[in-house]
Amino acid sequence: MLGVVRQRLGCGTMLRRAVERAGPAASLAGKNYSTAAKELTVRDALNSALDEEMAADPKVFIMGEEVGEYQGAYKVSRGLLEKYGPDRVRDTPITEAGFAGIGVGAAYYGLRPVVEFMTFNFSMQAIDHIINSAAKSNYMSSGQLSVPIVFRGPNGAAAGVGAQHSQCYSAWYASCPGLKVLTPYSSEDARGLLKAAIRDPDPVVFLENELLYGESFPVAADVLDPNFCLPIGKAKIEREGKHVTITSFSKMVGYALQAAEILSKDGISAEVINLRSIRPLDRDTITASVKKTNRLVTVEEGFPQHGVGAEICAVVVEECFEYLDAPVERIAGADVPMPYAANLERLAVPQVEDIVRAAKRACYRSIPIAAAA
Amino acid sequence: MSSFSALKILPSHPIAGEYRRHSSPFHAAPASRLLRSSGANYLSSTSSVTAAGRPVRVLSANVVSNEKQIGSALAAITSKEALDLYEDMVLGRSFEDMCAQMYYRGKMFGFVHLYNGQEAVSTGFIRLLTARDTVVSTYRDHVHALSKGVPARAVMAELFGKTTGCCRGQGGSMHMFSREHNLIGGFAFIGEGIPVATGAAFSSKYRREVLKENCDDVTIAFFGDGTCNNGQFFECLNMAALWKLPIVFVVENNLWAIGMSHFRATSDPEIWKKGPPFGIPGVHVDGMDVLKVREVAKDAVARARRGDGPTLVECETYRFRGHSLADPDELRNPDEKARYSSRDPIATLKKYVLEHNLVSESELKAIDKKIDELVEEAVEFADSSPAPPRSQLLENVFADPKGFGIGPDGKYRCEDPGFTQGTAQV
Repeated sequence: MLGVVRQRLGCGTMLRRAVERAGPAASLAGKNYSTAAKELTVRDALNSALDEEMAADPKVFIMGEEVGEYQGAYKVSRGLLEKYGPDRVRDTPITEAGFAGIGVGAAYYGLRPVVEFMTFNFSMQAIDHIINSAAKSNYMSSGQLSVPIVFRGPNGAAAGVGAQHSQCYSAWYASCPGLKVLTPYSSEDARGLLKAAIRDPDPVVFLENELLYGESFPVAADVLDPNFCLPIGKAKIEREGKHVTITSFSKMVGYALQAAEILSKDGISAEVINLRSIRPLDRDTITASVKKTNRLVTVEEGFPQHGVGAEICAVVVEECFEYLDAPVERIAGADVPMPYAANLERLAVPQVEDIVRAAKRACYRSIPIAAAA
Repeated sequence: MSSFSALKILPSHPIAGEYRRHSSPFHAAPASRLLRSSGANYLSSTSSVTAAGRPVRVLSANVVSNEKQIGSALAAITSKEALDLYEDMVLGRSFEDMCAQMYYRGKMFGFVHLYNGQEAVSTGFIRLLTARDTVVSTYRDHVHALSKGVPARAVMAELFGKTTGCCRGQGGSMHMFSREHNLIGGFAFIGEGIPVATGAAFSSKYRREVLKENCDDVTIAFFGDGTCNNGQFFECLNMAALWKLPIVFVVENNLWAIGMSHFRATSDPEIWKKGPPFGIPGVHVDGMDVLKVREVAKDAVARARRGDGPTLVECETYRFRGHSLADPDELRNPDEKARYSSRDPIATLKKYVLEHNLVSESELKAIDKKIDELVEEAVEFADSSPAPPRSQLLENVFADPKGFGIGPDGKYRCEDPGFTQGTAQV
């Protein structure tokens, strides 16, 4: 569990306050990296991160549909209304544009809103505020107005929810200067990145994944520390390898790890990178890995054109073209709106076999197949 | 809670007692009867409206001509206030005229939207605010900035795109921001400022109730008639009323959205009526008369400051120039323009203060001269200011510059000396 960054500057008082509130699990008395690590679901990781940040700073508040009395549409904000009251956990009417803008206006004046979109598909109704009033304000006002806001919610495909509830927005938001875009995978990512996002003075788009909420991951004791934060802009190498680099984010990290297992049985050692941060993209981890392995497969769930994989491919060509021994393989969702039928949906989203096939292609272990129509 | 009873069940503080619609293009006799009858309820139910216990009367030109009945004891403003109002409106007018000149000389570029003719609204509202109150505007924001106290030279330099501008040349005509003066925009998208203003009001209430600070700051959102058909407007009327936020929604209804007439775009053109369905008092006022606007503004701002919630004020006003300096303005009827020109707010105020002997002709002339010099000086200042340096391009994308990521040496890119020179790769 490397890559932990303690918040510098003035976290001392926060630490003391947080320790008073934190339970025994977060005791700092002795760092015990117990071998029997605690299991934490992503949902609980997010919930505990929100809880601790709200306890530490009274300016943090949550706003969104069903975040209060319903305990969160996906139960991510369970228990917070009882603890912090309706002033700080605000149920809103169905007004994405309105409440996203209200969050921005509140952030201009130093409050720290965490605005939840029930899914990021609904953020399209508020995208004017995310881009034009949140992302661009610090620049347009030349530093006078910073916007310490977090827009969070589930992103990407779920199970059988149809075309209008399944789009992945990482590429869209990541192309916009002024935003930071984070995509956690594990519970450690969820906790560390959400805390970093809430403490960050800039607008952060925090893309979770509905299917990961219930998944449980082992976490070390220091992840449960109330001041645990991960740096924004740094990717994590989930599995080291020698022959091919696989970049992925969010749910696809799990698939990539499974693919790496399968590939290892065929003698291909794959290095799996969990991007964690789409903007800023950790170009250096990616290029260092490509320089080591000379082959790259990018995996994402979203639409292929102008996607995250396209950007990574361009970055690698710009920075380490001579190191590539094979063309970059891009795995993305199918270039169609998400179908409903279960078998078609499985075809429209990358599966483990697709990643394995692409990795083998990159290693010249199979005849190259032309890109599917 | 029926929509029509919304006016009555609100706390018994009238927004405006009686007022007259001055040459209104609307035919709304039934509506005005409704309002007046509700107004009558207010008048009878309140006593604490003015110190003298008399109901507030919003002045109209009718009242001015009937002044002999009322007497100068009820002159709406003091001499000092008269001078302040006059100076602010003349500043707005001269500044905008100078903008037009500078634009045609090529010193200003892009989209420039001028405020000529609407000065009464800006002056009437903003001169009542404290420095801590917030103003949120649209792309027609130069005069709102000036009324709020942003120095003319800072606004002019911003328009010229110089580094001494209020946003160091980053924003331009449509994006005026001043943290110091609590002017938070400057938004190009219509309707965009309304939720942001609602958020500023939200933060004021949050500070008071959750953070327990001593805060009764009020927010004023300015926007136009076209915006009142936009979804965000209604979303925010709902939420501001629901959460009783300290905000005043001011509609500058100048009847035109570029070339789209308000009557062609709106099913029910009376915008003030859109407040009561949300439980917000709706008020219509003659926006060409700064004194009337001021009286309504006083009530609305006081209401917000007390914690009684939002008000929707529709100001009937007119822009003498086109939508922007690029607009040929061919669709508007010259008769309409002439009619509103005769109601020029500066001329109206001048006439009023001279008739009431509040100020002398020479004092007004002195103000005119002072403003001329101020605006000239602003132009010289802007002209002689430097353009932004190259390094400014990458600055202020983020408050925390680590948002540019981690560089090859494992350190944050923003710590690379090349970064601030504008020569680093990002």
